[in-house]
Amino acid sequence: MMDRISVRTLFFGVYGELAARREGSAELAADSTVADLVEALRGPGGFEWLPERVVVAVNQSYAEAGTILSDGDEVALIPPVAGG
Amino acid sequence: MSPTSRDRVRSWITRESLDGFAQFENIVREIGSVADGALLFFQGRVRRTNRGRAVSRLSYEAYGEMAERELSDICREALERFDVGSVAAAHRVGDLALGEVSVAIAVTSEHRDAGYRASRWIIETIKVRLPVWKHEHYEDGDSHWVGAPIPDAGTLTGGTSPPLAASGPEGGELPAQPPLSVP
Repeated sequence: MMDRISVRTLFFGVYGELAARREGSAELAADSTVADLVEALRGPGGFEWLPERVVVAVNQSYAEAGTILSDGDEVALIPPVAGG
Repeated sequence: MSPTSRDRVRSWITRESLDGFAQFENIVREIGSVADGALLFFQGRVRRTNRGRAVSRLSYEAYGEMAERELSDICREALERFDVGSVAAAHRVGDLALGEVSVAIAVTSEHRDAGYRASRWIIETIKVRLPVWKHEHYEDGDSHWVGAPIPDAGTLTGGTSPPLAASGPEGGELPAQPPLSVP
């Protein structure tokens, strides 16, 4: 059993511009949730501009704040969508 | 043998032009049926002005595979929710000039009412669920991600979607919004 997991992070649209990157990775404690990841990303020296309520997709499906992350997950930060 | 919903749906995300009607006409002839007396076709096109600013061009970015799957899911949900025979929908990505088609939706149905309602529901649902972002470039050289806060507005308060209640279809057919993840 792993103590730490690593997830791949994706930044789309304006988030990619603000983060100055399209993807990255994050290390978290095992059993961390989406909310834990967002909190870590917004932390000191991080992406303070991330809104308090941010839409997140895990492995290409919209996820809830309480969704538990697994090692190797793909986590996308989804700014307000604007298709059409 | 009745066709499965897969047979009656065609959806895709593309960098190729969606202009014109012919490819959709051909598709609905393939996936539709002579039981359907109505074909409704919707195109969304790049508009000259948005919120009072003169647009010179647009670029769309998509979360590739997720957008493909969401668009397919939206079309399949439309088949379940409305009495329609077939649905074809496509969304452009990449750079688009003024007047180019960014999204196209074709719906066939036995009678017109279900077709109109389904088509409206699909476009409204695309606007809240499809992971696609629009970068508008203006004639004054500036550019802006649509839906993103105005740069001068200070702290970001994003994560919200357009107010659908004001513009969505009537009769409780508003699309469901994606869940918000609240840290």
